[in-house]
Amino acid sequence: MTSVVISCVFTWTGIDRAALGVLGAGQRLAQELSGRHTILILGSPSDDLVAEVARFADCVQVMSDPMLANYHSETTLTALTEACRQLNPAVILLGNDSYCQEMAPRLAHRLKGSATGDALSLKAEGEAVLVTRSVYGGKALATFALRRKPAVIWVRARAYDPARPQDASAEIVHMQLKIEEDQRVVLIDRQTQPQDAARLEDARVIVSGGRGLGGPEPFTHLQSLASAMGAQVAASRAACDAGWVPAGWQVGQTGKKVAPELYLAIAISGASQHIMGIADAKTIAAINLDPDAPIFHHCQFGLVDDYRKVVGPLREKIIELLA
Amino acid sequence: MNIVVCLKQILDPEMPSRDFRIDAATREADRGTAGLVMNIFCANALETALQFREQHGGKITVVAFGTSSAEEILRKALALRVDTAVLVQHDFAQRPNPWVAARVLAATIRKLGDFDIILTGRESGDWGDGQTGGLLAEEFSWPCVSFADQLNTDATKPGLVKIRRQTDQGSETVEANVPLVITVTNNDQNVPRIAKTRDVMQAFRQPLTNWSLADIGLDKQSLEECLTGTEVVELTIPIKQAHCELVTGETLEERIAGLAQRIVAVVQSA
Repeated sequence: MTSVVISCVFTWTGIDRAALGVLGAGQRLAQELSGRHTILILGSPSDDLVAEVARFADCVQVMSDPMLANYHSETTLTALTEACRQLNPAVILLGNDSYCQEMAPRLAHRLKGSATGDALSLKAEGEAVLVTRSVYGGKALATFALRRKPAVIWVRARAYDPARPQDASAEIVHMQLKIEEDQRVVLIDRQTQPQDAARLEDARVIVSGGRGLGGPEPFTHLQSLASAMGAQVAASRAACDAGWVPAGWQVGQTGKKVAPELYLAIAISGASQHIMGIADAKTIAAINLDPDAPIFHHCQFGLVDDYRKVVGPLREKIIELLA
Repeated sequence: MNIVVCLKQILDPEMPSRDFRIDAATREADRGTAGLVMNIFCANALETALQFREQHGGKITVVAFGTSSAEEILRKALALRVDTAVLVQHDFAQRPNPWVAARVLAATIRKLGDFDIILTGRESGDWGDGQTGGLLAEEFSWPCVSFADQLNTDATKPGLVKIRRQTDQGSETVEANVPLVITVTNNDQNVPRIAKTRDVMQAFRQPLTNWSLADIGLDKQSLEECLTGTEVVELTIPIKQAHCELVTGETLEERIAGLAQRIVAVVQSA
């Protein structure tokens, strides 16, 4: 029997970079397993969205219900479980946003499968799926063999190459499932950051400051450097714990996991819990006074000097070069 | 309300990378001389429970599943004046995966009685599975609210709790009926408190329940279903391949210019 690999798309995120990464991972895994790549769209999708994802799979299963238009920890999970049950998949892939992380282990439990998350890479090996991810705060890499089907895996979505359009057009199936709304948990308020406050997770360029800055004031200099580069500002745990900047700026194991094209670490030593948050950055650069700082083991380029002498002139120079 | 907080003891995540070793045979971290600590998100969960009890009353039971050394974190919790502490001991060579942990914790909690809320940390600082809370909810068929950072209740609405959770886009506030499982993440309001010295001393004299798997009606065979399914097949310390090129130049000005050029090259190609 052909293995079915399901990649999940939810209409509240739509087809963003993360979703394309999940679909790309699903496409390649389905190929390795000589299986069928099936995209499950759940929520309240437009025809356009269905047509768009249909380019990336052999089959699109549409699970549409006005009740599913927004995420609900219980109702969404029930719908997802029922949909997957009908499709009898070998693998179910989800992204690594907080909703997916919440659902994945529970989905695996309900389907009597196996689960692991934050996958950096996936590989089929016989009947099993091998999943590699960071453990021990980035100090080690573990490979898990998921042997019990379905293997439910949430992946570091932005780290995967986006899906490529396929030649043949996908079969589109509208699923008919009766789902009851779960009243045990009721959403009473949803606060979203304003649109213009770009998310760190999506930032292309990040300038980040750490303990070595010594206080909140230097962050204003980092801010103007960042503006000159079109970057966002972030911070290490030490800087957030000290109260110099808001907790929402924190990058690392207990903060945000980012995937920019460039991550410029200023006065950040590079403890492994911080490195874990920037493992998906394409290029890492550092400015640090200490040539032995661990951050230099993770950088492509850097400068050993006192940031106080560097940040101002660097900003001038960058403005000049970008002009 | 009656609250259970699940606590996990882990290898100190602050230990330097250069001291980190692996036991290839068991595919586990080699403890070496590193310290063991309470997982930070578990400590955030405990703090959340303590604050909830201060405002609304109730009782707090802490449960740990681990080796005998995990008694330490339970004593720590007793020093913060939780009401009851229970250790379920195992002697597995390999780490119990989250499915095993959830099954064991569920059996333990069932034996302890009726509870309204089970709190767990969002994930652990060692293996970082981030699954135990969700799986525990499934063991009980209870709802689960994850990444919570605030917990409240209103005396006029018995049996309802109000939870604020962090999401990727911001936050959500939900109202939920007990019983339920809540996984807790860190924010500036649930920073773990420090115990008073007197309470630390007293904690060593407090009763602490020590159970084996048999005491909660489980054994390795009954956990077989949880032990198979996923297996750690490899554990390695990644070799740092990045070669950092330090920008050179006679003067600082030249070096800054060199750095600016490298930065601009990346930014423009992005």
